[in-house]
Amino acid sequence: MYSFDYKRPSSLDEATQMLRNSDDGHVLAGGHTLLPTLKQRLASASDLVDLAGIEELKGISSADGVVTIGAMTTHSEVAASSEVQNAIPALADLAGGIGDPQVRNKGTIGGSISNNDPAADYPAALVGLNATVNTTSRSISADNFFTGMFETALGDGEIVTSVSFPVPHSAAYCKFPNPASRYAIVGVFVARGSDGVRVAVTGAGASVFRAREIEAVLNQGFSASSVADIQVSDEGLNEDIHASAEYRAHLITVMTKRAVDKANG
Amino acid sequence: MSVTVSMIVNGKSVSAEVDPRTLLVDFLRVDQRLTGTHVGCDTSQCGACVVHVNGKSVKSCTMLAAQADGAEVATIESLAIDGQLHPMQEAFRQNHGLQCGFCTPGMIMSALDLVNVNSNPSEREIREWLEGNLCRCTGYHNIVKSIQAGAEAMSEV
Ligand SMILES: Cc1cc2nc3c(=O)[nH]c(=O)nc-3n(C[C@H](O)[C@H](O)[C@H](O)COP(=O)(O)OP(=O)(O)OC[C@H]3O[C@@H](n4cnc5c(N)ncnc54)[C@H](O)[C@@H]3O)c2cc1C
Ligand code: FES
Ligand code: FES
Repeated sequence: MYSFDYKRPSSLDEATQMLRNSDDGHVLAGGHTLLPTLKQRLASASDLVDLAGIEELKGISSADGVVTIGAMTTHSEVAASSEVQNAIPALADLAGGIGDPQVRNKGTIGGSISNNDPAADYPAALVGLNATVNTTSRSISADNFFTGMFETALGDGEIVTSVSFPVPHSAAYCKFPNPASRYAIVGVFVARGSDGVRVAVTGAGASVFRAREIEAVLNQGFSASSVADIQVSDEGLNEDIHASAEYRAHLITVMTKRAVDKANG
Repeated sequence: MSVTVSMIVNGKSVSAEVDPRTLLVDFLRVDQRLTGTHVGCDTSQCGACVVHVNGKSVKSCTMLAAQADGAEVATIESLAIDGQLHPMQEAFRQNHGLQCGFCTPGMIMSALDLVNVNSNPSEREIREWLEGNLCRCTGYHNIVKSIQAGAEAMSEV
């Protein structure tokens, strides 16, 4: 790692101030993406501003059909939360399938979505559930938050404070994990909510996206057989040593069918 | 610049001035001379470095010492008391749960976190829990057997 200063503010105002006063300050959440990247010297920072001391970023609450999860809530906490398990079991299930137990004990929802790895799991849940990302300066719909590979709508010094998830009628997530890292080669989050069916795909493209043609047929009939005749185009999909674009395109329909079956219990 | 870190390591209060980029694993191995915690990779995947921070298993290669300021840390060295192996250590010994032993401290610290959340894990639950612990020589079969036996022995104490 290149050297940096370490800071631990106790409030969001203080954190924002520290970021503003630094040359190239970065927020540190669970550190499970940032620290490996710094260790490889793929990134550097003048200051790391650790959010761990800011109480208001932690915890899970639910009211009026919306579950709100603080940015610093770990994947383990989301997976084990009875509130999340009762309201949106698919979300608890997704969090419990990220990486491994030690990654889940440190990694946070705020860190995962701010990083927007093309193969990360949470972006699929946010887009699938039509969630809202709350930051230090505004609220952004998930559809507008994820803007490209490792890119989000976050501005300089803007900190994610929480994510609000409307409770769907039913939902499920299925991923085909990379056997080494457990990141999604393809992951599909399917949700049936008040405004119809949403199908969010992660791992397959540069960033999470909605499979609109699949949403259309599932709105006609919410069963795996509705997807039988769909052939997803492989144009623009990711291709690497793990899977070809063509294979990923095929996995989108396979994961969708499994997710629909799971959502239908 | 340096930062002061203070924490409780295996029941003992320790404090030191460190470079902010010091990893917890280096703080434990180099500053505290607790070399039971190992480093097996630089991609946060192997789990040789697993320790407990405030009772939960974490990869100490992917955490700054500064992040553990004020925390309680437990390493493999905390387990045996007066030369008497912890039941989980004894179970690894009895069941051939190790060959070279490089992965073992991480395996055991990870297994103990599993037993904390699930005192009677099934074989499948153990295998799933070990997602973040790699062994390059024993093979997982005897490790899983050891953890099952260790969990059982712990419930009898
Ligand atoms: C071995 C391993 C396996 C993994 N497997 C998976 C997997 O299967 N699926 C998956 O989805 N992920 C996986 N991950 C990634 C893991 O979930 C990370 O923890 C997560 O992506 C980043 O969260 P973090 O809290 O660790 O963030 P950090 O690493 O601390 O930060 C990541 C980035 O986000 C910024 N940031 C953090 N918090 C905020 C905030 N509140 N506001 C604004 N910016 C912020 C940071 O500045 C940094 O740029 C894996 C990681 C490892 C090491
Ligand atoms: S050394 Fe920590 S995970 Fe490999
Ligand atoms: S015993 Fe040698 S790596 Fe596991």
